[in-house]
Amino acid sequence: MTLSDGRDTDAHPRTDRPAQAASEFVQLLDPDGTRVTAPGYDQWIADLDEAALLALYRDMVVIHRVDAEATALQRQGEIGLWPPLAGQEAAQVGSAHALREDDFVFSSYREHAVAWCRGLRPEDLLKVWRGVAGSGWDPYELGMATPQIIIAAQTLHAVGYAMGIQRDGTDQAAIAYFGDGATSEGDASEALVFAATYKAPVVFFCQNNQWAISEPVGLQSTQHLAQRAAGFGIPWMRVDGNDVLAVMAATRIALERARTGGGPTYIEAVTYRMGPHTTADDPKRYRTEDELEEWRGRDPIARLERLLRSRGALDDDGASDIAREADAAAAAVRAACVSLPDPEPLSIFDHVYAEPNSHVDRQRDHYARYLAMFDEPGAAGEGSRA
Amino acid sequence: MSTLTLGQALNAGLRRALEDDDRVVLLGEDIGTLGGVFRVTDGLQRDFGDARVVDTPLSEAGIIGTAVGLAYRGFRPVCEIQFDGFIYPGFDQIVAQVAKLHARTQGRVRMPLTIRVPFGGGIGAVEHHSESPEAYFTHTSGLRVVACANPQDAYTMVRQAIASDDPVLFFEPKRRYHAKGEVDVDADLADAPPMGVATVAQRGDDVTLVTYGALVQVARDAAAATADDGVSIEVIDLRSLSPVDYPTIEQSVRRTGRLVITHEAGQQGGVGAEIAASITERCFEFLEAAPVRITGHDVPYPPAKLEQHHLPDLDRILDGVDRVLGRPNSLTGVEG
Repeated sequence: MTLSDGRDTDAHPRTDRPAQAASEFVQLLDPDGTRVTAPGYDQWIADLDEAALLALYRDMVVIHRVDAEATALQRQGEIGLWPPLAGQEAAQVGSAHALREDDFVFSSYREHAVAWCRGLRPEDLLKVWRGVAGSGWDPYELGMATPQIIIAAQTLHAVGYAMGIQRDGTDQAAIAYFGDGATSEGDASEALVFAATYKAPVVFFCQNNQWAISEPVGLQSTQHLAQRAAGFGIPWMRVDGNDVLAVMAATRIALERARTGGGPTYIEAVTYRMGPHTTADDPKRYRTEDELEEWRGRDPIARLERLLRSRGALDDDGASDIAREADAAAAAVRAACVSLPDPEPLSIFDHVYAEPNSHVDRQRDHYARYLAMFDEPGAAGEGSRA
Repeated sequence: MSTLTLGQALNAGLRRALEDDDRVVLLGEDIGTLGGVFRVTDGLQRDFGDARVVDTPLSEAGIIGTAVGLAYRGFRPVCEIQFDGFIYPGFDQIVAQVAKLHARTQGRVRMPLTIRVPFGGGIGAVEHHSESPEAYFTHTSGLRVVACANPQDAYTMVRQAIASDDPVLFFEPKRRYHAKGEVDVDADLADAPPMGVATVAQRGDDVTLVTYGALVQVARDAAAATADDGVSIEVIDLRSLSPVDYPTIEQSVRRTGRLVITHEAGQQGGVGAEIAASITERCFEFLEAAPVRITGHDVPYPPAKLEQHHLPDLDRILDGVDRVLGRPNSLTGVEG
């Protein structure tokens, strides 16, 4: 195998690990927008009519636009940081559309599209990134845990949640989203051990976007990431992550296995992060324009659009309508973001503990008294401190 | 009243918790058929099944991380960490996940985990089996850290920990597992002292001696030893290391004017440092002498044949008492 951009693999001691070939995966929709067949997968999306395909397209277009808006908001200083998802729309939207409302998602920090498909309100998207809350939403309302920053920690949470589902005897499932870098963390392996041991109804959904900040996936593994699962006795699938249909089919297969007592499944969605890891890094330092160009040719949104147009399900007017819808969603996110108020200072003491805690309660009282000094006429704030 | 060892009292407390709430799930290595390496979970899997009492893979991050997921789902997981020195592979899940999820979600997600940890030395074990890691956790907001010292407390405190909506690091003094005591197993939990309060294990007027876990008994022995000398020591069993019940200590120190704190853990950044500083802040004017700490040395836990030099014992504690009394002691005449 060679680097997907054909670079000389002896060039650099740190990045010369071969990235895995971008082929060798299941595909139902090729980059030209042609529907191709894959035995064992086709029947899992056979029910998708034009309306369902359009719904996938709409969600991908809208979240792509919202993602760009969030990046702009970071550049304008309205939020501190943003991890863009551009390039991964199909992996996220396709898998999210396979989920049932009562399934539960444990994600990393980049699954904005998953949250969007779960019914995220625009005003909740940027709370964490603007720094006004620890969690943008109520996990139980969205069926999605608060995004996880510690790499791979959420994989264990998903397995534990799935073990809870087993104890409750329902046919729900949990899904863990994580990236290629996360596969190197101990927690990810420990999650596979627990899931396999207890046959937990959980789906491991790895978005291999080729880069863990600046480290190519070849530095994490010399084998396809999906093959990790084999050693744990966990069935795996490797799909084109830029193919929303293949992603959806694979996720449906995995969820069905979870619901019917078949235990965990590992999906590697081979995709690409088109932007930086976060707005804080500069991908030009670690990857080439040629590589980007190659992945532009596999754009997940463009290929579904081609399919829809070829079937007469989408024309210029329809595309414009959806683009306008996306602009409106982005505007709503922007408006919600800039109007988020700073939280009350004393709220930092809230919810540290569920029950009263003498230590934190005392610190809160002291700090409240300190702050109150500045409210009193002639107090320290206007006097000696002036 | 029943006479139980501390280990048996814990077993009875866990059994009661499993009976009272079907959302309680025990997780740990060897806790099923074997009943735990200290037999604390003996018979529980037999009686409650392997979905309630779960033998886990050998994976501390796995035990605690999956417990987080179970808590998300509304369960009340009770994790057993086999030995103190094995908790470190699970450290990230404890301090970055368990401790913070309630705050991170603005109170929406509760983490009512209990993480049981046999701790401390004195049993002649090999390395990694005699550690006192409690200060790592008292430094982490969002966790409650407690230590039991006698069978009655073991029984009630483990039930209180499991009933608490906050995550609790529950330290069990392993060298006291076989110590017997009277336990009222029928007492109402509501009548027991709350988990967060310290108790006076021994009344006294001249020196306040604060400790927890296995050293409570050693401190009581010290109090007995000085009684003949006419020095009356008040022994406070902290029970809760985070938060610390300062009013109880303050009340005592205001009366005695002298404070000694003793624990097996190293001195630097330890629970004793925190208490010495806080009590000095709170009742400086009542102190007749600077607070003294008698602790383990700031060294890796030594081989078994040397542990008696590391662990605070009766004589080292009495030396500390002499220091706060201004009597001749090991530091008398030492400069700088």
